[in-house]
Amino acid sequence: MSDAPPPAPAAPAIRLAGLRFAFLVDGRTVPVLGGVDLEVERRSVIALVGPNGCGKSTLLRVIAGLLPAAGGLVEVEGRPVSGPDARVGLVFQEPRLLPWRSALANVAFPLEVAGHERAAREARARDLLGLVGLRDWARTRPGELSGGMRQRLAIARALALQPSVLLLDEPFSALDALTRERFNVELLRLWERIGSTIVLVTHSIPEAVFLADRVVVLSPRPAAVAADVTVDLPRPRRLADLDAAVVSRTAAEIRAQLGGATDDAFAVATGEVGRHDEPDAVIA
Amino acid sequence: MSVARRRVLPPLVAFVGFLATWQAIVWMGDYPAFILPGPLLVAERFVTGWVEGTFWPHLATTLGEIAVGFTAGAAAAMPTGYVLARSRLADRVLSPYLVAAQAVPILALAPLIALWFGTGLLARSIIVALVVFFPVAISVMVAIRGVDRRLLEMARSYRVTRRQRIVLVEIPAALPGIVGGLRIGITLAVVGAIVAEWIGGEQGLGVLINLARGSLFDIPLLFATLTVIALLGIALYGSVLLVERHVAART
Repeated sequence: MSDAPPPAPAAPAIRLAGLRFAFLVDGRTVPVLGGVDLEVERRSVIALVGPNGCGKSTLLRVIAGLLPAAGGLVEVEGRPVSGPDARVGLVFQEPRLLPWRSALANVAFPLEVAGHERAAREARARDLLGLVGLRDWARTRPGELSGGMRQRLAIARALALQPSVLLLDEPFSALDALTRERFNVELLRLWERIGSTIVLVTHSIPEAVFLADRVVVLSPRPAAVAADVTVDLPRPRRLADLDAAVVSRTAAEIRAQLGGATDDAFAVATGEVGRHDEPDAVIA
Repeated sequence: MSVARRRVLPPLVAFVGFLATWQAIVWMGDYPAFILPGPLLVAERFVTGWVEGTFWPHLATTLGEIAVGFTAGAAAAMPTGYVLARSRLADRVLSPYLVAAQAVPILALAPLIALWFGTGLLARSIIVALVVFFPVAISVMVAIRGVDRRLLEMARSYRVTRRQRIVLVEIPAALPGIVGGLRIGITLAVVGAIVAEWIGGEQGLGVLINLARGSLFDIPLLFATLTVIALLGIALYGSVLLVERHVAART
């Protein structure tokens, strides 16, 4: 703790301690995050699940520095986050592309903002387009791309500044089930190549299990970590792994934890919680 | 060929129909040329007016006033509209004055401006600028307010400066609305210039209308001047469209 030492290499990718956040609505504070404690190892994939409106998206925004924490600690690689942070790339639920820009110029947007030279940013944007399989679409405007291509473009843009942490807020929720499965496999391949830490919010428990090393279950608002389930599935993973016994066993465990989170004793007792409270959970 | 014909033919037919109806009214009512000249007579006066060099100096004067007034009015209106869109305080403080200023007819304001600034280029450009200001400011305000907040949040996540946010996100996103305001502004600029010229001065298409109606008593010339004004409006509107297309292609 002396004069600004370089962050210890041992520092986790993300460390949240007692993290609180509240919205002001008509002069009243509505607590959203009620003391979240979480450590995310470097190069791991964490899935956040929880009841609707529990504050998952808010949590991502606080980690990305878009919303200021009301209390507690947010650290990325050992250094605190204060304001929007280049070490964190955030992919929103919608692609949020600039419709008047080409695919290439959209991916180059963060580089342009950061003041990179035109030639350098175009070369880098071209590489990123290749990384997400859109090399041939550089000149195309987002309006002419499919929903899946647009979301891939958004991921490429989030990677432009080489963030060590990539946050994904239900990135594939607008896609059909088949495309979504394919995208999950692509995401894992991408993750293996870029080697960054990924935190993703999802409503699909099978998706969470398939992608993540750990599935973190959040409680209803004000959110806290209700359970932290380790997924014991070796990598690299394939779609066929979705049928493995360990996947359904882990998914069942998460559903049970979600049941606890919804505080519905009867549902927990009958084991019906997952199906009733998480209709999205049947996807994939 | 057939596409071109389909695009050109209907407006051409409508125009010929308009001229024919006009001429028919003149013939049936047997109106003298100093009440309602027919289109043929007006066309003839239009041609002689150009050949004799009657129109050119007046047109140049009017065009100059529009250029100066429109540029100044639009240049002042755009930042104003932006501030109105982004500052609730500015909106509350300034909006009543803007609306009140707009409610006062420019025709009533023009003599006052002539009293303060004379009847030269300055006074006339001020009147044009005043007329252009309101619609441009309001459309910029509405267009900036309409920019998708989610895009602004995305930009913020990449740490845009205020200048970058305005130049890279807000202006391109608001461009269609801004240009819509400029289109209204340019047509009103023509009206403003003619009104400004009515209050006095030596030259300008508005002055020519007064001359044709008054000392010259040349009603066909009056109609020919109106035709010049109408064509000027169409040409200016068209050039705004051209600029719009050019800018849209570049962003």
